[in-house]
This record gives sequence, C-alpha cells and structure tokens, in this order.
Amino acid sequence: MKFVIITLLIALLSFLSGLYLPWWGFAVAAFLVSALIQQRPGLAFLAGFTALFLLWAGLSWSMDAPNNSILSKKIAEILPLDGSSVALILVTALVGALVGGLAALTGSYVHKRRSQYLEEEVV
Amino acid sequence: MGLWPILKKTLLLSMRIIPFLISLLLTAGLIYFLDNQWGKIPPLGKFLSPQHGFWQNAEPVDKNFSGELSLPGLKDRASVYLDQYLIPHVYSKSEADACYIQGYLHAKFRLWQMEFQTFAAAGRLSEILGPGDNDALVKYDRSMRRLGMVDAAQRALAKMEGDSVIKKDCDAYTSGVNDYIKSLKAGDLPLEYKLLNYQPEPWSNLKIALFVKYMAFDLAGADNDFEMTNAKSIFSKTDLAKLYPSAIDSADPIVPKGTNFLPPGFVPKAPPTADSLYFSNRDTLTATEMKPEKSNGSNNWAVSGSKTLSGRPILCNDPHLSTNLPAIWYQMQIRTDKYNVYGVSFPGAPYIVIGFNDSCAWGVTNAGRDVRDYYTIKFKDDTRREYWFDSAWKMADRRIDTIRIKGRPDYYDTVALTVFGPVMYDPTFNGFSNVTSSQSYAVHWKAVDSSNELGTFQAMQSATDYDDYKHALEHFRCPGQNFIFATKSGHIAIWQQGEFPAKWKGQGLYVMPGEDSSYMWQGSIRTEENPNMLDPDRGFVSSANQLPVDTSYPYFLGSDFPPYRGLIINRRLSQMHAITPSDMIKLQTDNYDVFAEMAKPLLLRNIDMSKLDEEGRKYLNIFKLWNLRNDTTEQGPVIFKYWWMHLQGEVYDDEFSKSSLPLMRPFESTLLEALLKDTSYSFIDNINTPEKETIGQVITQAFLKSVPDLIQANKDDKITWAKYKDTWARHLLRIPALSRTHLPIGGGTHCINAAKQFHGPSWRMIVQLTKKTEAYGIYPGGQSGNPGSPYYDTFVDKWAVGEYLPLWVMDMDEIKDKRIKWTMHLKPGDQ
Repeated sequence: MKFVIITLLIALLSFLSGLYLPWWGFAVAAFLVSALIQQRPGLAFLAGFTALFLLWAGLSWSMDAPNNSILSKKIAEILPLDGSSVALILVTALVGALVGGLAALTGSYVHKRRSQYLEEEVV
Repeated sequence: MGLWPILKKTLLLSMRIIPFLISLLLTAGLIYFLDNQWGKIPPLGKFLSPQHGFWQNAEPVDKNFSGELSLPGLKDRASVYLDQYLIPHVYSKSEADACYIQGYLHAKFRLWQMEFQTFAAAGRLSEILGPGDNDALVKYDRSMRRLGMVDAAQRALAKMEGDSVIKKDCDAYTSGVNDYIKSLKAGDLPLEYKLLNYQPEPWSNLKIALFVKYMAFDLAGADNDFEMTNAKSIFSKTDLAKLYPSAIDSADPIVPKGTNFLPPGFVPKAPPTADSLYFSNRDTLTATEMKPEKSNGSNNWAVSGSKTLSGRPILCNDPHLSTNLPAIWYQMQIRTDKYNVYGVSFPGAPYIVIGFNDSCAWGVTNAGRDVRDYYTIKFKDDTRREYWFDSAWKMADRRIDTIRIKGRPDYYDTVALTVFGPVMYDPTFNGFSNVTSSQSYAVHWKAVDSSNELGTFQAMQSATDYDDYKHALEHFRCPGQNFIFATKSGHIAIWQQGEFPAKWKGQGLYVMPGEDSSYMWQGSIRTEENPNMLDPDRGFVSSANQLPVDTSYPYFLGSDFPPYRGLIINRRLSQMHAITPSDMIKLQTDNYDVFAEMAKPLLLRNIDMSKLDEEGRKYLNIFKLWNLRNDTTEQGPVIFKYWWMHLQGEVYDDEFSKSSLPLMRPFESTLLEALLKDTSYSFIDNINTPEKETIGQVITQAFLKSVPDLIQANKDDKITWAKYKDTWARHLLRIPALSRTHLPIGGGTHCINAAKQFHGPSWRMIVQLTKKTEAYGIYPGGQSGNPGSPYYDTFVDKWAVGEYLPLWVMDMDEIKDKRIKWTMHLKPGDQ
C-alpha cells in the first residue's frame, strides 16, 4: 500500500513539476518523496521507475492517440525505431523511468542515513 | 573516546554516503546525458519528455483553431476564418492590421521555416547545424557572407523603410511575428527547434529584407562565368561558338520574333582591350561556386477573351522552385476596406506574391538574365590590403565576418572589398573546390543595389488596371521577373521587369579584367525598353524562362535560356480556342516532351539496328512506340534519358575529360540543334581514336551503353518514369521521415509539368477573370509547417496526380458557410 501511495505521489508531483519546471524537474520530485517517506532502496527505485514509466507512457499515449500517430511514426523513423509508435512510447517511458528510478534511489539513501543516525543515538 | 569508535563511525558513515554519492552521480550523469545533444541526436530527455518535447507537436487531428485572441499590435478588431484546408480568410479594416495578422499567421503555422530561410540567407547555417560534412556548411556560410547577402538586405531595408507605407506594413508584420513568438511556451516550439536544440530569435524587418534577398539569390544568383572562362582557355573560338552558341534556332522568344524595339537609350561600348585582354585571354580558374538550383524557372501565360469560352481572360502561373516541406508558399485571402486579394504569400514577408484581386490577376516567372559578374583583382601582396586599379595601388576596404559554428569556436573571415564589390574567391577561400586559388576575384551583383521589391506586391494588392500594374512594377529591380497580368476589363499583358545592366556583346560571359574601370557595367537598360506586350493580336502572352527577345534587341543577354517549355506552351496556346479553366488545368499539367519530339526521329534515323541484341531490340521497340509523353508509367522517357546521357558522353567526353578544371557541358538543346543541323558536327569524332566516328556510330554506341543501365533499372523497379525520376516533397533539413517520398508524378525538365526529383511546379494557379472570379490552385505541401499536423501535407497527393482545388474567395455573407471550420476573433489588446 505504501509503495502504491509513494508511486502515485511521485507521479502526481512529477506531472505538476512538468508544468513549471524544465524536463528534469520530476527527478527532484522523485528524490524528495523518496527522501521524506522511508522505503528500502530497492523499493524506492521501483517506485520512481514505475511512477515515471506510467506517467510518461500515459501522457505520450494520450497525445499520440488523438494525433492518429501521425508524428510518432515519423519520429520513430528518425530515432530509429522502425516507425513503430508503440516502441517510441516505450522508449519515452523507459527514459523517464530510468531517471525517475535513480532519483528516487538517491533520495532513499538520504533517508536511510538519517534513520541510522537516529538508531545510533538511541543506542 | 578512543580511536576505534571514530573509525567505526567514519566507516559506517562512508557505507551510507558512498551508495548515496554513487546514486546521485548516476542520476545527475544520466540527466546531463539526456539534457545535451550528442552529434545529431537531440537532447533525448528534453526531446522525449511528453510535457516539453516532440509529443507536444502531435497535434490532435480534430484540433480546434477557433478562439478569441487579444493581440497587442492590432489597431482594430479583425477576424480570421479558417476553411477546411486551414486556409485563412482574413478580414481586417486596415492594411497595417492585415500585415500584422499575416505575420502572426505565418509565425503560428510556419515559424521554423521562415526563420531557417533567413538564417540560410544570412550565411548562418553552421550556427544551428554545425560545420557539415567537409565543412560544407561553413563554405556555404562564407559564400553567402562574401557575396554580400547581409549588406544587400541592409541596403534594401533602408530603401524599404524610406517608403512610409512599406515601413508601416513591415513594422506591423514584424510585430505580428514577435507577438506570436512571445506567446510561445517551450513545449509549443516547432518540432525542428527541438530536433536541432535551439530557440527562435526575435523577428525583425531586416529578416524580411533577408528573405527578399534570398529569393534574389535563388533567382538571380546564377552564372557560368568561371566554367566559361576555363572553356575559353581550352577551346578555339570556333569550338566555343559550337559548344555555347548565343542563340538557338528553335527559340520562340517571349516577345515574338520580328517585334520592333525602341532605339537603345544607351549604347555600351566594349573596351579597346576586349580582344587582347578579355576574349583572347587564356587564364584558368579553380573556384567551385555555390549556385542556386539550376532549374529555378516557371511558366506563366494569359489568354484574352477572344480565345476563351467565357469571353474573359484566363491567367495561369506555375513557378518552379524546390518542392520543400514546409512548402515555400502559404495560401491566404486578405480583405481590408481597400482591397480583397487571394493568392500565395512567402512565410517571411508581407503581401500576396502571386494571386488575384477583384479586378485583376498576376503571376511571375524568372527572367534568368545574367546580373552577376566577376573581375580578376591584382593585389599587391598576401595581405590583400591594396589592389592595382587605374594605374595605382588602391586601398581595399575590409570586412571581418564572424561565422558561428555549433560545437566549434567562431570562424573569422576577412573579406576585401573593392570598387567592383567584395572579393568572393582568393587564396583563403575557393568556394567548394579542394584546390587553393592563387588569384583573387571580386563579384559584382545587381541584387546588392538598394531596391524595394516589396513595393510591387504592396501595390498589386489594390491594382485595378494596366496603369496600376505598370506603376507597381517600377519598384522591381532584382531578381528580374516576367510579370504576367490580366484584368476583368479584358486586358492581358506581360513585362520582363527588372533593372538590367546594358552589356556590350560578350560582357560578363567570362571573368573580366579588374585593373581598371573599363570593364565595369556602364549603365542600365531603361525600363521602357524591357521586353513587354499588351493585348497582342495573337490573343495570348506567355513566358517560360526562354530568351525574351530575338537577336534584333539592342543589348547582350547571354545564353542561358531553356527553350522547350516556351515552345510547347506557345504552340498549344496558338491552337487552342474556346478555352475553359479545365483546358488550362490540362495544359498546366501536360507531360508532353517537345525536346523528345525533336530528338526521337534523329535517334531513330541514325541507329544501326544490326548492332542490337534481343534486349536492345526490345527497348528500342518500346522507344519507337513511345508517345513522347513523360507520363508516370511510361518506359520511353527512361530509355530516352539514358540514351541522351550516353550520347552526350560519346560526343563530348573525349574533349572535356582532358581538363580537370570546372567546366560546363553544353546544354541539351545545343547538342540536339547541332546534330539536327549538321550530321558531321565536329565533336562527334572521338579525338582519342584514329578513325573518324560518324553520327550513326555515336548514336548506336550511346544506345548500346544504355542497355545495361536499362536492364539494371528494370531489376530495381525503376524502368517506369515516375519511379525512375522519384519526385519528393522534401523537408528543408532533408530528413526522409519528414518528407513525402516517391510521389506518382510525371513530367520533367522540358515538359510544361516541370516536376523533377526535388523541384517542380511549387504553386499551380489558374484564374478566369469572369464577373465572379473562377480560380483553381494547388501546391505540393500543406498550410501547416508542423510535421505532426494533418495539415502538413494536405495538398501533396492531389498535386502529384494533377488535381486542383477551387480557390474560394469568401464573401462577407458566407461566414456561416460550412467550408469555414474555425474562426479566430482578434481584438486589440494591451499585453
């Protein structure tokens, strides 16, 4: 449940950051969420990865469908992805997901460091 | 505290910090990688981001363009009605508002293209594209700068801004463009900015002038002076005349043969040294010039009511330019309180360039006159500070051009400026040649003189009669154009308009001596002496870049005028009666090849059938049965193309391959006329063999060489004409995915339908000047410049198969018409 909430929170904040910040703004969002809410590094990476994968795949699909894939087919030839719109959506999602996952992973170490300090003080 | 706890703490800390640092470094590194351009790959993070990158350009196919806009530069309320093809019908009170809206719309639909073209004009391509293969783009930029494109634009701007109306209109146009640019968010940038990773600059009136000069370069920036100079060093005078004749027999000039011309207002005199220092000079040159597309040309014609079914004139025009995407043209209707005009405009400049209003119609073809000449400059030393002129060392001005190159330090180009003009080639720059030049050559080009060509188009918007048209033309100096004109009151006219140098015979054919003023242009031809016709008895006027006049014209014109399209147009028009617009559609898309008509009997007469094998006989038979039409599925034109190409090789290769200098092969028309006239044309003989070849031998040999090519073409599925020719509407960046490739269109160089691979009829227009105008048109593109829009290539398929769309001049009471899909209500706003 916590994982789902974190994932959704990263996705939501990433979307909002995209409205105002440069393209990499979502990395800050993923980092902050992951730094503030405790999670194991592996899970944090997965949350950031999943959030951005779903967000970028969803957003690009939501623009590709009303466009009848006119543009995505052309870009998928330039990149080159053999003209496949689906492949282009997947690549888009993967790029976002990698950055999102790594940013969340980085955030999780901030958190862990802090919790271990606390542990030590208690001991 | 002992040493151990400190060590333990440090160890623990580092066990936590190290993964953090590694992870942080990886994240930052990945972002850095994705935020930057690597070679030709755009910054992938920015490019792929759905909220910033190219996905934003994926325009919904049912996008709603309607809306209410508050625009700071507008004076009064105005409306833009967009029809089902995204063609705007603009309604504004004043001309300035119309120009403002035109600028706004050009930017909204064509921003990247209009800015890119001005970068090309100003020699700034390396700045956005990098140096190019073998520094080709740096060489391109240096060529444009040296030629003086920016100076030319600045001089034109001063003249334009000296005309209060043009100044006001350009200011309005520019602020329309800029108000659109200001409204752009990063995600809204046209796709190409994202691909190339740069941002638009503010627009300016100078950019309008640069665009105008770009058209001057495209249409009046060609000459063969260097190639001809080299030819003069290799061939005898007799041979030169045979290879590059100054006139051809089959020519049918724009103004018919036998026309009387005004006595010359100015008689240019050849310098006394012309024979010794110029015509007999055998210097050679190595510079490889940058030239505009050779076949930039066009057709236009107008017939009077006596030849039409309606009894009213019909005017037709199809300018042949590069078939680019986004297209060079943007179609629109503009109605103000003073005029109502429909036609095509250039994104990058105000006004309608080719079109019609409620009283008349007009169109243009290129005059193709030689207005660019070169002079050899003798510098005192390598610093190129002083040059020998009028028996003394004269100081040269200098200009240092800064050429920005993406991914490299700036390049500074020092250009010496002489009385003739800038030094185009010297030991530091030899065009695209790999050989260093030991000499220096200055260029003198008509297009750098100040002029106000936009004044012509401004005046044509509201022109009503012949006098208005004549006045409008007065502004037009360069590039020389054949302005065709027809009115609802029944007149038809043509003027070859421009300010042309009055040249003595042979002046500027070759690079000229630059040690004194005697070889400079001595004066200009008076406007009233320019070739023209008003309501001729034959009932039509026409032009297709052919020689404008016969040899009785008192000035030297050069010889680079393609004859065949003009020939077939005039032949057809003479034969036609009771013409309708649909007859004109058939004529404008006619694939008949008059060059082949003249060449085919010559080839068949001279081929030795006994030398052919079975394959050869098969192809010869197809050629025999060919109907001389360059239609899409014909094999005849492919056979003819190869045959003629090999024939040129058989005839000229032996002489021309002896020299490594830049040379120009004789025109196709030259060889054809020579062989028709003289079956023992001296170049038929192969100088490398002891025997004396005959016309039959070379024609047969050329055919035998074609057979393997044809067999290969058949294997590659390129044996039919359209597949062989392979016409594209090609994206300006030459990216195939953004182009429309392999279009099923016939025609070719010598056909009225002059569609070639990347070049052709860029706008076909037919206007019947009946009480209610009946007009048709089509261009190979679409109204939107966005490759992600369904309107990017709307017209391409129709254009290829020769279909037209009715040009709808919308009336005020048709606002509710179902053809209107969207309405933009514009009102003046204060930011």
